[in-house]
Order: sequence, then structure tokens, then C-alpha cells
Amino acid sequence: MIELNGICKTFRVARRGAGLTRAVRAFVKRDYQVIEALKDVSFRIPDGQMVGYIGPNGAGKSTTIKVMCGVLTPDSGTCVIDGRTPWLERKQHVQHIGAVFGQRSQLWWDVPVGDSMELIRDIYRVDKIDFRTRLDELTELLQLQDLLTTPARSLSLGQRMRCELAASLLHAPRILFLDEPTIGLDAVSKLAVRAFIKRLNQQHGTTVLLTTHDMQDIEALAQRILLIGKGRILLDGTMQDLKAHAGTDKTLIFTYAGDNAPVPGPGMTIREHTPGRLTVAVDTACISVAQAIAQISAQAEITDMEMAAVSAEEMVAGLYREYQI
Amino acid sequence: MSAYLSLFRIRFLHNLQYRTAALAGLATQYAWGFMRLLALRAFYAENPAAFPLTFAQAADYVWLQQAFLALYTMWDYDPDIIESVRGGHIAYDLVRPVDMYARWFATTMARRVARAALRCAPILLVAFVLPDPMRLHLPASMLAFALYVLSTMLSVGVASALTTLVYIAHFQLLNFSGLRLMVAAVVDMLSGFTIPLPFYPQALQNVLNLLPFASMHDLPLRLYSGHIAGMAAVQGVALQAFWLAMLLLVGHWWMGRQLQRVIVQGG
Repeated sequence: MIELNGICKTFRVARRGAGLTRAVRAFVKRDYQVIEALKDVSFRIPDGQMVGYIGPNGAGKSTTIKVMCGVLTPDSGTCVIDGRTPWLERKQHVQHIGAVFGQRSQLWWDVPVGDSMELIRDIYRVDKIDFRTRLDELTELLQLQDLLTTPARSLSLGQRMRCELAASLLHAPRILFLDEPTIGLDAVSKLAVRAFIKRLNQQHGTTVLLTTHDMQDIEALAQRILLIGKGRILLDGTMQDLKAHAGTDKTLIFTYAGDNAPVPGPGMTIREHTPGRLTVAVDTACISVAQAIAQISAQAEITDMEMAAVSAEEMVAGLYREYQI
Repeated sequence: MSAYLSLFRIRFLHNLQYRTAALAGLATQYAWGFMRLLALRAFYAENPAAFPLTFAQAADYVWLQQAFLALYTMWDYDPDIIESVRGGHIAYDLVRPVDMYARWFATTMARRVARAALRCAPILLVAFVLPDPMRLHLPASMLAFALYVLSTMLSVGVASALTTLVYIAHFQLLNFSGLRLMVAAVVDMLSGFTIPLPFYPQALQNVLNLLPFASMHDLPLRLYSGHIAGMAAVQGVALQAFWLAMLLLVGHWWMGRQLQRVIVQGG
């Protein structure tokens, strides 16, 4: 159980303009800007839930994760994870959590991955037999066979991420924080990582909190979505809630024969028009999809028609616009 | 404890792979050892009675210093630790159930011991077979040798604790080459690295001998040749233990404070 209540965190960042004069001035008198990274962030995550934590760059996602990992001490507010406050009881707390920071590596650069795994075993005081069983399981699921003897520096990004995942799970954490676990991965690696996370959650009941910019990650994994912007939680719900929020527009794409372009009536707006192909947005609040199709097909011979769902990316972009973040 | 031993071990093994660096270091240490001895010999030729150490004791001091240089110097820092603070990788270190101070201390000590282990044997070997006044002599007595070994272990602890303090200062500085240079220069003077402490004026010596810097380098080298013996030796080792405990306490406290206000920026 993760419970955050009114977490606030501000950073003081030294600012100066570019150029020599300003650099000299900044040397004498420094201007600081206070950045409110988190403003009154509160949420609860029950055991075994998979939560997608989304928001634009700089919204406060990583800061929240760092607070929950015990790396950062917030200015105010409480955070209780399995009965412990992370930054006060860091050592006991981190024994039960795992973390993957996609942009950094926890593997020792120059030594084979297997050595890193053993060091992590010693750090978490994992029993030798448990360690063997878990590593074997992870090796099979993530296909690490050949990677364990390779130094971390010679791994590809996808291989490294699989190793990172394995490394963060050796101590069987109850909670897993994933900060952009699929960043920079190719399609195959992304699918493998997603499938693995899903399985982990279903079989071991691990609570997973993941931040990502990849909406397909969210669609594939998250049972619940938290949207954060400018340090505030803006939306807390399911993918359906998100879709409902994103508006009532539907997109229709018509392919037609002949030179006479159909002219859409009220309730429809042209998104794109090339000869023989017309894309319109239908505002279902004022005209139904069936009516729109009937209207267009009355004007030209329609040879094909597709209805495009609004992609998760567009929905999120819409939300960002809506909340002006 | 096993976690810190493992960290020690991986750092130690890691450092053993730098063979070229060890060879280069070896050449430097031979050169420095001879230079120092030649300079000292010129002084001693003038008036041997004017010096507090016999030339043989001075030779022992110089060779042991060069052989185990990596145990005492304040010029060598672990690039991984510096990078972890500068680049924010410390975020990962903090999600481990280990004490950050103990972790840095253990890896620092491993680095010193590994570097010394790689370099000491060839230097000791050559130092032992040199012609007489220049050579490294056997220890003054079994007791002196035992005290030397004990005191060396304590001095590695003191030196590592000092280095760890410099690492902690990073949290405030980020670019710390300036601090590093200053620390190296000051500590080299005060620890007897540049000039052995017995060569300083008596009044100054009385102060320097009490500082932690004497504990990290000067004391074991003088115990070996029996220049410090008896009650003074016991007191010296006790003082070392005191400084080690103090530095560990201060470092641990300071680290705790810094971690409260650490900010890891970016993704």
C-alpha cells in the first residue's frame, strides 16, 4: 500500500542569462528561481495494482518516484509505503522496493553482468538458493543466457534494459518503480519488456508504478492512470476515463471515386483533403456517425471508409492542452 | 557486513585489471624514491648529526612511503564516486539498503589497498637489494614490525575517512578539482609526505604529531625503523584509533545531513 498525502517539494535553481557580462554579474549576485516541483500531491495505490504515471517532461514524475524511493526528502506532506516513511527509514524501506531508472544504469560498467547480479545479491542479503531460483527464472523469461557473461558496457540498449529489470527484481520486491523502462527500445524489446512486467504483476502480485511517454506502454499495462502536470495530480482514473475526457470527436476517412469532392455539412470539419481521399472530424455531440456517413456517401461514390480511433497520444496531448501544462 | 565486503571485493578486483597504470606508477615510484634519497644524502653528507633520523631510518621512511604510496596519498580519487554525484547516479545507490557512508568508505579503502597491492612488491624487492645506506632495512624488532602493521592498517582507515570527507564535499561543489588540489598540497605538507615530520622545527612537530595527518602517514613509517618506540608508540597508535573514530563519526554525520538535502536532477 502506497499512500501520499499533500507532498510538496520545491527546488532552488540558480539562473543566469548567457554571455560574459551576465556571467560576471551572476558571480557577484546570484539569482535563484524557486521551482515548485510537487504541489500537494496525494494518491493511494493498493497492493498489486499497476499504475501508469504520465505527464509532460518536467511535470514532476521523476521527483515523485524519487520521493517514494527515499532518495528525496519532500518539504512537507506525508508518504507512507507499507507502513514506512521512505526518507526516514530508507534502508529498511528500499529492501522491499525495486527501481529501474531507464536513463541510468545500475550495472557495474566494466564487469560481467553476472558479477553485478552477485553483488546486488550480497547488498540485499538474498539467500543463495532463492537467488539461484530467481535468477534462473528471470534468465529464462528475459532471455539473459548469453548476457550474464558479457560486461555491461558491451550490451545493446534492449539487452541492458532486460538486465536492469532482472537486477531490480533479484530481491523479490513487493513494489516496483519503473521510470521510463522502454525509453529508446526497439519494437521487439518493448513488447518483451511489457509482457514481462505484465506477467510479474499477475503472477507475483507486484505493485507496479511506471512513468513513460509511450502511450502504448500505458494502454498495454496500466489499470489506472495518474496524470501529473506542473506538480499537481490532474487526473486519476482508467483509460476509459481518459478517453471520455478527451472529447467526443471521431475521425472518418473516406476514399471516393470521381472528381466531385463531397462537401461535409455542419458537425463535420475537414482535417485533410487530397484528391480521392477526405478526412473529416465528426463532432458526435451534434451529428451521429451514421448521419455523417450517409451525408457523405450521398454526394460521391465511396469506395472505402475507415474510422480512426483517437490515439492515446492525441488524447494525452489534448489533455495537456486542456490543463495548459 | 557482507554487503560492504562485497563492495570492497568488487572494487578491489576491478582495480587489479589496470596493469598499465600500475606499471607507470611503479616507474614513478622508483624515480621518486631515488630522487628523495639522493637529496637526503646530500644533506646528510654535510652534517649527519644535524638530523633527527639516521640516514638508514630516513631510507626506510622513503622506501616504505614509495612502496605503499597508494595507501597514504590524497591525490587519488575514485572516478565512479565523483561521477555518481556529478551525474546523479547516486539515485541508484540510494535505493540500495546500504549505508552510503559505509559504502563510500569501503570502496575507497578497497581502491587504496588494491593499488598498493599491485605496486608494492617490485619496489620492496629493489629497495631490499640496494647497497647499504640506501637500502630498506629489516624492521627494528618484531614488536616494531607488529606495531608498524597495526598502525598501517589504522592509517589506511584514517586516509580513507579523509578521502570520504572530500567526496562528501562534492555535494556542495560539483566541480571540485580546486578543492582536490588544495587538499593534496596541504595534506602532503602536514602528513610528512613532502618532508618527513621529524625534519620540521620542534615547536611545529609538537602540533603536527597530534593532527590526523600524522596518523595517516608519518607514524607507521617511524614505527618500522624504531624511531618511535615504547610508550610513545602505544600513545601514537591510540591517537590514530582516536582520529579514525572521530573522522568516521564526523563523516557519517555529514553524509546524513547532505543526503537530506540532495537533489537528483533530470530523468
